[in-house]
Amino acid sequence: MIESSESGVHLELGELWEYRELLYFLTWRDIKVRYKQTFMGAAWVIVQPLFTMILFTLFFNKFVGLKSGNIPYPYFAYAGLLLWTFFSNAVINGTTSLISNTNLITKVYFPRMFIPAAAVGAGLVDLAVASVFLLVLGFHYGIRPSWSLLLMPVFFLLATLLALGVGLLASALTVRYRDLRHALPFIIQFWLFASPVIYPFAIVPSKWRWVMLMNPFTGIVEGFRSSVTGAALGWHDIVIAAGITLALLVLSIYVFRRAEDTFADLI
Amino acid sequence: MKPIVLIERLSKRYSIGGLHPGYMTFREMVADTLFAPFRALRGMDNPTYQTLWALKNINLKIEEGELVGIIGRNGAGKSTLLKILSRITKPTTGRVALYGRVGSLLEVGTGFHPDLTGRENIFLNGAILGMHRAEIQRKFNQIVAFSEIEQFIETPVKWYSSGMYVRLAFSVAAHLEPEILLMDEVLAVGDAAFQQKCLDKMHEIRQQGRTIFFVSHNMAAVTRLCKRAILLDEGAIISDGPPEQVVNQYLSATWRIGAQRDWPDASKSPGNQVVRLRRARIRNEAGETIAAVDIRHPVGIEITYEALKSGHAFTPVLDVHDDEGVHLFSTHDTASEWQRKPRASGSYTSTAWIPGNLLSEGNFLVDVSFISFSPATALHAQERNVVAFQTVDNQQEGSARGDFIGPIPGVVRPLLMWTTEVSPRS
Repeated sequence: MIESSESGVHLELGELWEYRELLYFLTWRDIKVRYKQTFMGAAWVIVQPLFTMILFTLFFNKFVGLKSGNIPYPYFAYAGLLLWTFFSNAVINGTTSLISNTNLITKVYFPRMFIPAAAVGAGLVDLAVASVFLLVLGFHYGIRPSWSLLLMPVFFLLATLLALGVGLLASALTVRYRDLRHALPFIIQFWLFASPVIYPFAIVPSKWRWVMLMNPFTGIVEGFRSSVTGAALGWHDIVIAAGITLALLVLSIYVFRRAEDTFADLI
Repeated sequence: MKPIVLIERLSKRYSIGGLHPGYMTFREMVADTLFAPFRALRGMDNPTYQTLWALKNINLKIEEGELVGIIGRNGAGKSTLLKILSRITKPTTGRVALYGRVGSLLEVGTGFHPDLTGRENIFLNGAILGMHRAEIQRKFNQIVAFSEIEQFIETPVKWYSSGMYVRLAFSVAAHLEPEILLMDEVLAVGDAAFQQKCLDKMHEIRQQGRTIFFVSHNMAAVTRLCKRAILLDEGAIISDGPPEQVVNQYLSATWRIGAQRDWPDASKSPGNQVVRLRRARIRNEAGETIAAVDIRHPVGIEITYEALKSGHAFTPVLDVHDDEGVHLFSTHDTASEWQRKPRASGSYTSTAWIPGNLLSEGNFLVDVSFISFSPATALHAQERNVVAFQTVDNQQEGSARGDFIGPIPGVVRPLLMWTTEVSPRS
C-alpha cells in the first residue's frame, strides 16, 4: 500500500526487520571499501588517535601542565580520543551518507535509515582495532585491568546510538539544507572541546558541570574512561547521558521518517 | 483474474523553479522564513516556487500476469509513475495497492561499487534490489553463468568493460523474482546476443504468470511484447488498450498524421490547375482504413485525386520513409493501363500495394506527389507526410522472424527463398 505522506508517519519496524540483511551488506560495503587499495590498511585506525594523543600530550601535558589525576596523561588522552575518533567519524560519515548515495536513493527503494546507520556502524570495526591498542598501551603504563573493563561495550553502544541519533537527524537535514555539510567540521571541532576528551571532567568548575552534562558525550566518555582505568563509575552522569541519547534517537528517527518521503525528490 | 496493482486517484506534484529546484541552503531557508510575513502582507504566495503536476488523477487496474507497456513523450509522467510504484517517491494524493513483491529495473547496476569485485557486487546489488542472502547464494552460479563473466568474478568492477559491467548488472536484476516487475528500457543494453538472452528472460518471467510494467520509447518492442499499452500525456492517461491502437494514437498525436487524410476544400488541397489530391489513406485488402498492419499482410496506399484538365498524362508518386527519416523507396505507376495515357478530367483512385513480409517492423510515413514525364517533366504537387502507418509483428508463423524473438535490424525484412544443398562427407 502506497499512500501520500499526509496519511501520517509510520515507523514500520517490521519493514526494517524484513530488510535487515541489507543493513548488514551496506555496513560490510562501507568497511570493505575503506580498506581497499590502502597501503597501511587497519593501521590508520590506530595512527589517527595515536598521533592526536602525542600532540595533545606535548602541548597540554608537557607545556601547559594539564594533569589527569593518577592516570598517565597519554593513556588518558588516547582512551578519550579513541572514542572521540569513532564518534566524530561516525557523525561525519552518517551526515554525508545520504548525499553520497544519491544514486541509490533515486533508483531503488529500501528503508533509507539504513544508509546513515551503515555509515555509523562501519566505524565499529575501527573502534575494535583501536581498542586492542588501548589495552596494549594500558599494559605499557601498568594499568591493572579491573572488572569494570567488561562495561566497555556498554559505552561503545551508547556512543554508537548517540552518533546514530545525530547522524540520522543531520543527514535528513542535509538533504534539504546543503550548507549543513560545511558547518559540520566546525560543529565537530567545537564538540571536541565541549566534551572532557583531552581534559578531565574534574577540572570543570562545578557550577558549569550541569551545562556540560547536557552534552551526552560527556557522560559517555567519562564512563568509558572510568571503565578502562578502573576508576569509580559516575552512574548519575551516565544515566543522564543515556537518557538524553535515547531521547535524541527517538526524535531523530521520527524526523527522519517524516523527511524520507521527499528525499528522492529533493536530493 | 484478480487485480495485482490498483491505482486510485494518484497525483504527484513537484516544485520547480527557485535557485535550486529541489533543495535549498540553510541561508535561503532563513531568508525565506524571515520574508514570509512580508510576502503575505503584499498578498504574494511564495513567488520562487512553482509547481508542476507530473501525474494527474491516475486510475488503473492491472491484473495478475499482464505485461503492460507505458508510452508517452519525455516528461509525460512515465518515470514518475514507476518511481511511485517502486516506492522511491511518495504520491502527493491518492493511493496504490500492490498485492505482491515489487522489483524495479529503473536502471541496471544500482549500487554497484567500483572498488568491489564482481562477486561482492552481486551480493551487494542483490541485497539492494531486495533479495535475501540465502536467495543470492542459491542463484549465484546462475547469475554468473548468465552474465558470461566467470573468469573476472574476482576482479573489481572498475576494471570491467562497460559491456561486462552492464551484463553483470542485468544478470543480478534478471534473477530477482518479484510478482510485479517494473522495467525502464533496460533492454537497450549489450550486444545482440545478450539482448536476445534478456528477451528470453522476459518471456520466461511472463510465462511464470508475473506482472510486468514496461516503459519504452521503442514502439515496435511495445507492440511486440505487450498485450496492453497505456499512453500518458502531461501526467494523465490518454489511452489504454491494445498496443497497436495505443501506439498508433501516440504516433498520430506526435506526428499529427493519421491513417487517412481528406481535403474537403478543393482550393486548399495540394496540387495545381492540372491535378489536386483529395484523399489519402492506408487500407487493407478488405478495403478498411487501418493504421496498424500485420507485417505478413499486404498494405495498400490509396490516393484519390481529381484531374482538372483533360489531356494531361501524369502519374502519382509515393515516397515511403521510416520514423528515423530513412527513405525506403519511391514508387510510381509504371505498369498499368494509365501509364503515359492522357487522362480525361474526373476523379481517380489509385492504390499501390506493398506486399506482406517486405517492410520491417516500425512506423512509416508516406509522401504523395504528381509528376508528368511528357511532353516535359513537371511536378504538379508534392505533399510530405500525408499518411502514416505501422507494421506490427505479433510473432506468429509465416513471417521472416522465424524462431528469433529479439529486435531484427534493417529497414526491410523480406521473406526470402532459401536453398541449401548438402554434399555428404566422403
